[in-house]
Amino acid sequence: MSTTAPNLVVPHSAASAAHGRPIVRLDHISKTFSNGTIALKDMSLTIGEGEFVSLLGPSGCGKSTALRIIAGLGEATTGRVEWPTMSHDAAGKPEREIGFVFQEPTLMPWATVFKNVWLPLRLHGLSKTAARERVMAALEMVGLEKFADSYPRELSGGMKMRVSIARALVTRPRVLLMDEPFAALDEITRQKLNDDLLRLWEQFGWTIVFVTHSVFESVYLSSRIVIMAARPGRVIDELSVDAPHPRGISFRTSTAYSDYCRQASESLLSAIGANDHL
Amino acid sequence: MSSMDQTSVAAAPQEEKVASPGGGIAPSERALRIIVPVVMLVALVGLWEWYTTAYNVPHYILPGPDLVAQSMINDWPVLSQALLVTLKITFAALGIALVGGVLIAILFAQSKWIELALSPYMVILQVTPVVAVAPLILIYAPSTQAALLICAWLVAFFPVFSNTAQGLKSTDHNLLNLFELYGASRWQTLIHLKLPAALPFFLAGLRIAGGLALIAAVVAEFAAGSAGAGSGLAFRILESQYRLNIPRLFAALLLLCGTGVAIYGVTSLLSHLLLRRWHESAIRREN
Ligand SMILES: Nc1ncnc2c1ncn2[C@@H]1O[C@H](COP(=O)(O)OP(=O)(O)OP(=O)(O)O)[C@@H](O)[C@H]1O
Ligand SMILES: [Mg+2]
Repeated sequence: MSTTAPNLVVPHSAASAAHGRPIVRLDHISKTFSNGTIALKDMSLTIGEGEFVSLLGPSGCGKSTALRIIAGLGEATTGRVEWPTMSHDAAGKPEREIGFVFQEPTLMPWATVFKNVWLPLRLHGLSKTAARERVMAALEMVGLEKFADSYPRELSGGMKMRVSIARALVTRPRVLLMDEPFAALDEITRQKLNDDLLRLWEQFGWTIVFVTHSVFESVYLSSRIVIMAARPGRVIDELSVDAPHPRGISFRTSTAYSDYCRQASESLLSAIGANDHL
Repeated sequence: MSSMDQTSVAAAPQEEKVASPGGGIAPSERALRIIVPVVMLVALVGLWEWYTTAYNVPHYILPGPDLVAQSMINDWPVLSQALLVTLKITFAALGIALVGGVLIAILFAQSKWIELALSPYMVILQVTPVVAVAPLILIYAPSTQAALLICAWLVAFFPVFSNTAQGLKSTDHNLLNLFELYGASRWQTLIHLKLPAALPFFLAGLRIAGGLALIAAVVAEFAAGSAGAGSGLAFRILESQYRLNIPRLFAALLLLCGTGVAIYGVTSLLSHLLLRRWHESAIRREN
């Protein structure tokens, strides 16, 4: 699939994505941890099918918490998460096809890179030989096919993160949740992975929720940016980025791009300014 | 994506060196690792020999190493028989302790109610001195051998159990989240996540339990005071003491020490082999 020219497959332009049916809806979500921290307060958010949504906000504003709640990890204190289009299993749980990239690489240190990426397939009963092709394809996407037999401790921080991304991609999920996946990477690798992620998104029509600190990254990638503020964590602004896809260097150097960046920065500043005691 | 390959290809040659661990020890250091302990041993035996001859120590108080060696050779049939008995009890007890300890630890990890109900008794097992319960066990057990086995098991069980239980509890929460996200069953989570994560803890428990099983096998035999063909090293030590056959006592003691060191060595090696690719404890720090 890596040979397909990106401009031939554009089933989801940003404009059509924004109008996609809602795939997941957060309905007045609040989350209070047992130590009393209010991580999220009354957060509502609807994400449409095929959208690329970035959650942008200062550290500690509850981005990771929101992402975990979307994934069904940890109950919200109040509020509901709905998956209107997904089928439900016998226990009434939605059968979501989710890929999750955690903020930390979260690899099993006792298993090789191959086995780590194989894990999601293995848990669904795929044997090593049956999974081999897909695992290697996922590793190729992140450029780590030569390291299939290495152990995580033999990799650099950025390489571990790429393994973690490969593991999330290997199941070809409909929804991809990514928690600052590229924060530990150098600028060049990061840009490459940004481009690759965009291309995969255009190609497969995934829905992506992407957490980031970086204004530039969020503008470059997203069809919509959700800006959050801390203490308590909440959504304070939204910005839709209507630039066409495929995006590339020409978008990154355009005035439209810098305009979006300025708008996002201003929102973010007001998010931080809303907590000037920080 | 093919466009990404360039970065990784460029990075590969430097990074590949890291992929062969354990090759970093210089040959001279490896030789020293053998030479230093051997020299130390020879020096100690030499000192012992010198002391007994220079001060004319009577051999019923402290026999020289030559006498002990002689006794080891002459009494080998008796001693080896006793060693075999002690070894059998030790390893049988250790084996049962491993299986039982791991199984009960897994049981504890499955339900906090089981844990709540049983943990006081696990602590009681641990804190009661084996010598104190040995007389009771001797009464209840069908044979002396069985009693010794139970005593040794009681002692070896706890470190395996408590370490494994701790290990099963210490699983990385993010990895647990990951398994939950991919719909892993309890069984899959146990096999693919909790047990491997608990392995270093289990192995630490095993190393302690190995030595303790031997100690308990000997202590229990002292308490039981059994005699005859089925008796182990402890009885031979007591017997040698009564008969003032001190060289044989030393020989038996040496066998015990050797066994203990061997058990420790084997369990450490096992631990190293199982962990050398991934766990910090088995890998040299390399920055
Ligand atoms: N397990 C926990 N127990 C208690 N408080 C927590 C826990 N996890 C997070 N918090 C608190 O919830 C708030 C939100 O945390 P979260 O990890 O979601 O922030 P974040 O936006 O992802 O930050 P960052 O960008 O630094 O990753 C923080 O104030 C944090 O202190
Ligand atoms: Mg976070």
